[in-house]
Amino acid sequence: MIDLSLFQQYGPALLRGLGMTIFCWLVGTVFAMALGFVLALVQRSVTAWPVQWLLRGYVEFIRGTPFLVQLFVLYYGGPMLGLRLDALPAGLLGLTIYGSPYFAEIFRAGLNAVPVGQIEAARAMGFPPGAIMRRVMIPVMLVSALPALVNFSIILTKETVILSMITVPEIMFETQTMMAETFAFAEATLVLALFFWVFVEAISRIGRRLERRATHYLLDRS
Amino acid sequence: MALTTTTNAASARLENVSKFYGEFQALRDVSLVIPPGKVTCLIGPSGSGKSTLLRCINFLEEYDRGGIWIDDRLIGYDAVGGRRMAPGRLREMRRDIGMVFQQFNLWPHMTALQNVAEGLERVKRLPRAQAQRIAAEALAKVGLGDKTGNHPSRLSGGQQQRVAIARAIAMQPRIMLFDEPTSALDPELVGEVLAVMKQLAAEGMTMVVVTHEMGFAAHVADRVAFMERGELVAAGTPAEIFGNPADARVRAFLQSYHDRNAFDVQAG
Repeated sequence: MIDLSLFQQYGPALLRGLGMTIFCWLVGTVFAMALGFVLALVQRSVTAWPVQWLLRGYVEFIRGTPFLVQLFVLYYGGPMLGLRLDALPAGLLGLTIYGSPYFAEIFRAGLNAVPVGQIEAARAMGFPPGAIMRRVMIPVMLVSALPALVNFSIILTKETVILSMITVPEIMFETQTMMAETFAFAEATLVLALFFWVFVEAISRIGRRLERRATHYLLDRS
Repeated sequence: MALTTTTNAASARLENVSKFYGEFQALRDVSLVIPPGKVTCLIGPSGSGKSTLLRCINFLEEYDRGGIWIDDRLIGYDAVGGRRMAPGRLREMRRDIGMVFQQFNLWPHMTALQNVAEGLERVKRLPRAQAQRIAAEALAKVGLGDKTGNHPSRLSGGQQQRVAIARAIAMQPRIMLFDEPTSALDPELVGEVLAVMKQLAAEGMTMVVVTHEMGFAAHVADRVAFMERGELVAAGTPAEIFGNPADARVRAFLQSYHDRNAFDVQAG
């Protein structure tokens, strides 16, 4: 049977783990999105072939290798290359790197889908490039890109458990500790599953709200 | 009204303008004078280079040879040295050049009012309240004072194009370019857009209009230029071009236009 008294003992650690998971997800997602956006912009604006080639290679390499492998390269291989990081910074950097090419592709496709005429209208009026990006391209791009952005952000929530492999004390790590000490597999894993389900549900609700905001003008009211 | 446009209309001068797409020459040594405060219509078969030429005037399309001067300022290239103009200076010149597109190109996420106010805020750096006041005035001028809160998706094609015209005139341009402004409209909506354009012409705006509306060209234009295969074949008054064109290519074009648009009803 489920033994609820276990949670008196392990509750605090699990809660800390939850907090750590949310923190890692939030930081990793924000940075991965930012890096992805920059990558997409560079890919659009710098046509020199070495840059294009490098970006393409980066996207393909990161997408073509498992996150766990990337994390091991960074955390265990890094020191041999002179990059010595604690578990948490390594985990955050790993998430950022891992997520960036996916976000870059979403942004690249979204920006490409902005009708050229809407950009030309702004250019013809003398808009500075930053204003064209902020006021025209990003809002129009988000209409088509938001579902994919939310989708990949949700995927990243579940990738955070891999950080436990390099000893980041997030929820998976704390759960494993609990299991190792008590053999309470059912309790621990159920908590874990339940948490992710609630977490993802919350994100998709926020995502739907953002989508409604971005597409308000497409709905049948003005 | 603050938005009358009769003052300081600009002229434009095109000299030997050529444009290449790879091997293909889209414009062949086109020379044309756009007099200030007048309406110049560009006509000709599709693919003749009319739109390309128009888009060279604000350098949305980069011409490769020749020169285009707005008043006496060369656009796109430095007058001395012939290098590409600094982006900031090009933007500054474009403020004076309004443009209206075939597909309207309104920003779908903004209301009609914000579409018009946006340029005033981002380019002229006016405070929002002032920008919106001028925008409301411009919308009233094109007969859309009651549609300020509508998004483009809630406007008809004709209304959208009038918002686009308001967006251009709110910037108080000194010359305006119209790229087939009625070609994407249902026939019954063409009139409302042409009416606004006639009003602008009457106020003394310099206008360059690429159009298939021969009626508009014949009645409103001061000058008509006919293009074919990237060449300027003939230019003159509407009477000269439509009345008794010297060039056989112009005659053939007008004949095909008449053939398409004439219809006889056989009495049963």
